[in-house]
Amino acid sequence: MGRITLDKVTKSFGEVNVIPPLDLTINDGEFVVFVGPSGCGKSTLLRLIAGLEDVTSGQIRIDGEDATDMPPAKRGLAMVFQSYALYPHMSVRKNIAFPMKMAGMPQDEQNRRIEAAAKSLNLTDYLDRRPGQLSGGQRQRVAIGRAIVREPSAFLFDEPLSNLDAALRVNMRLEISELHNALKTTMIYVTHDQVEAMTMADKIVVLRAGNIEQVGSPLELYKTPRNEFVAGFIGSPKMNLIRGETAAQKGAATIGIRPEHLAASTEGGLWQGTVGVAEHLGSDTFLHVHDHGLGDEPLTVRVDGEMAVRHGDRIFLTPDESKLHRFDKQGLRI
Amino acid sequence: MARNVTNRRKAVVTVLAWLVGLAIFFPILWIFILSFKSEGDAIKTPFEVLGSAWTFESYATVQERSNYFRHFWNSVVISVGSTLIGLLIAIPAAWAMAFVPGKRTKDVLMWMLSTKMLPPVGVLVPIYLLFRNLGLLDTRLGLVIVLTLINLPIIVWMLYTYFKEIPGEILEAARMDGASLKNELIHVLTPMAVPGIASTLLLNIILAWNEAFWTLNLTAAKAAPLTAFIASYSSPEGLFYAKLSAASTMAIAPILIMGWFSQKQLVRGLTFGAVK
Amino acid sequence: MATKASRAAARLMISPAVLLLLGWMIVPLSMTLYFSFLRYNLLMPGMEEFTGWTNYRFFLTDPAFTAALWNTLLLVGGVLLITTVGGTLLALLMDQPFWGQGIVRILVIAPFFVMPTVSALVWKNMFMNPVNGLFAHVAKFFGLQPYDFLAQAPLGSIIFIVSWQWLPFATLILLTALQSLDQEQLEAAEMDGAGALSRFFYIMLPHLARAITVVILIQTIFLLSVFAEILVTTNGGPGVASTNLTYLIYMQSLLQFDVGGGSAGGVVAIILANIVAIFLMRMIGKNLEA
Repeated sequence: MGRITLDKVTKSFGEVNVIPPLDLTINDGEFVVFVGPSGCGKSTLLRLIAGLEDVTSGQIRIDGEDATDMPPAKRGLAMVFQSYALYPHMSVRKNIAFPMKMAGMPQDEQNRRIEAAAKSLNLTDYLDRRPGQLSGGQRQRVAIGRAIVREPSAFLFDEPLSNLDAALRVNMRLEISELHNALKTTMIYVTHDQVEAMTMADKIVVLRAGNIEQVGSPLELYKTPRNEFVAGFIGSPKMNLIRGETAAQKGAATIGIRPEHLAASTEGGLWQGTVGVAEHLGSDTFLHVHDHGLGDEPLTVRVDGEMAVRHGDRIFLTPDESKLHRFDKQGLRI
Repeated sequence: MARNVTNRRKAVVTVLAWLVGLAIFFPILWIFILSFKSEGDAIKTPFEVLGSAWTFESYATVQERSNYFRHFWNSVVISVGSTLIGLLIAIPAAWAMAFVPGKRTKDVLMWMLSTKMLPPVGVLVPIYLLFRNLGLLDTRLGLVIVLTLINLPIIVWMLYTYFKEIPGEILEAARMDGASLKNELIHVLTPMAVPGIASTLLLNIILAWNEAFWTLNLTAAKAAPLTAFIASYSSPEGLFYAKLSAASTMAIAPILIMGWFSQKQLVRGLTFGAVK
Repeated sequence: MATKASRAAARLMISPAVLLLLGWMIVPLSMTLYFSFLRYNLLMPGMEEFTGWTNYRFFLTDPAFTAALWNTLLLVGGVLLITTVGGTLLALLMDQPFWGQGIVRILVIAPFFVMPTVSALVWKNMFMNPVNGLFAHVAKFFGLQPYDFLAQAPLGSIIFIVSWQWLPFATLILLTALQSLDQEQLEAAEMDGAGALSRFFYIMLPHLARAITVVILIQTIFLLSVFAEILVTTNGGPGVASTNLTYLIYMQSLLQFDVGGGSAGGVVAIILANIVAIFLMRMIGKNLEA
């Protein structure tokens, strides 16, 4: 079981208020991602749940039980750290065994779980090595192994993939998702990378300056961002935001249109501009369009497949009206 | 140095450096040589000394006449004892300052450093009288207490700088893994800090072994460590160069060897981590 | 990583060290302060009485005090000068590539591990002794009159002995600092046309400044309390020619059993050491920030 409830939780460091009163419920078995720019309080929030920091006020409940003043060891949560935080003086086997040793689990049960974890994480051949002799991806798996053998009520991940190279990151992303499918245990995952959030989460919590900007499934956030911040943060490439006259015509202070919802044509369309940089990826083509008369920022356009345009070419753009997002002066969705 | 240095220049530097090195080391080499000479030969001119016969007799005499090994043992007990007790007190303190730093941590560290600046002679009288009244004069226990206290700031500082290099996330991981504070210290912090703790240990044994203010003033005969024992040669009777050399060689040899092993850490320890 | 629980644990863990050091500071210090206002001689027990500033007046007006103060300053200053200049030169030499670097390094730092009583006695007897010492033998070999170092230049001889002990320390620290200097900086300076001397003064010396500060601070702490070297070589003599403050107070307290006078001297020594300490802590504090 792993249902975690935050009730009016706040955190301040001295005078600085990092987290204003915040309510959040994480259901059992959910994969929840906290996402936001650096300094948004997402890691602090995770550490509050872990018990590595005290809440200033409010209550944290785990499975209905008040855990606000419980030490981290008693909360039944496991954490995978950004630096992996493996014990450098212990072999992989001892690293994985450590939480079970601390819990006083019988030796044969420990061995059984270590073998099982090592097998599922492809670590069997490395059990007697020290962390220093492993690659980044292997260390990451040891850290996960150390977390799963405890059979915690929830896993906490603190930016676990940020120290890996791009290719490995994609792999580990899949492995963690598969792990979640296999274990069906609650996972809370902190990242600043919205791609990780979109691909892994059941539920995304977008944070800014300690405030929850929006909570929802990846597609909810994609389709109906509650405000300009979420609209700009979720989705890649970023949503185009247009202000001024054009927006006013639509009865909004700002309108947003995602690059994939702009149709590009060399013959004609609603707006026109000049191609700046054209990125030809084969599967898609990204165009950065200037001189479109809608503002200073270039518009980004995503075209399916190939499109034979080059720097300096004239191009016409037509937004898909049904996918247009409108925001008021406060940046809230209309 | 990535650049190429001509061999000629390297040869010149080699000769110069060796000459300087040998000159600085010469007194130690000299007593080592004299310790294997008879008393009569030891006072002769250098060439005669080198040409004379080699003998172990001074070592035997030193042990027979003044029970050298008792003083040696006193030195061992006092230096090792005070260092171990110091570590026991300092490890928790350094843990607290390195991993749970507060607003005043820096002040506490500076204050500890400042107690090292208290001239020992300023508190000689009260310590002497306290020790006399408590029956601690000329006891190993008394010296262990004093040396523990005077070296405690250095031990705390050294450990602090070593602990600072251990990422806090690893200790947090242990906490998440269900380790109590005790287990965190025993199973995670201490094994990770073994190299740092070992060099702290080594350096402090050296400092305590060579401490020559309190050991001279608070001991007479019974608990006198080697510093005080050697000092008894300052009022000589008859020929004593060979005996003094033998006693000195034995007194400095173990520490010299330990010192050579700890030379890297020495810099860091003695500069309170300011130079690494 | 700070929860209420861990902060409470931290306080608990730090308190033995803090309390012990606090006790070690406060108890003897207040006793010294108290004794310094008493007429208190161990030879006349039971005669203790309050005498106000008398002990201080006697101690400060004693010509031996002025002499000891000067000797202390000369001793500290002399050794600092010799060891920092000598240490810098030695470190520069040893930073060059040469054959047997490791061994020479071991030879050079050896004196630091020699206990003060041994080094003082060895220099006094085997080297400086006017009859059988090595220097006397050398002088006679060249047909010169042997020089009685400890009788004719007692303070100078002690400065020499102490410098021999501390030169390795300065060398080792400055060498460590020198080795942390980025070689590319020196190469860049060379490309910019700086000669060897300019490179030393504009690149190396500023880089060494912090290490030199540290050397001066640490050595000063230890040098203010030089004791064993004086005890076993000259006993502070002839007269008070090689008596420093530490030795003067030791004589007063433990040789003349004048607890009151010795304590007054102790208070004076503490005040003087504090003046130096504040000055130096400020220096190192600034340096430690960097």
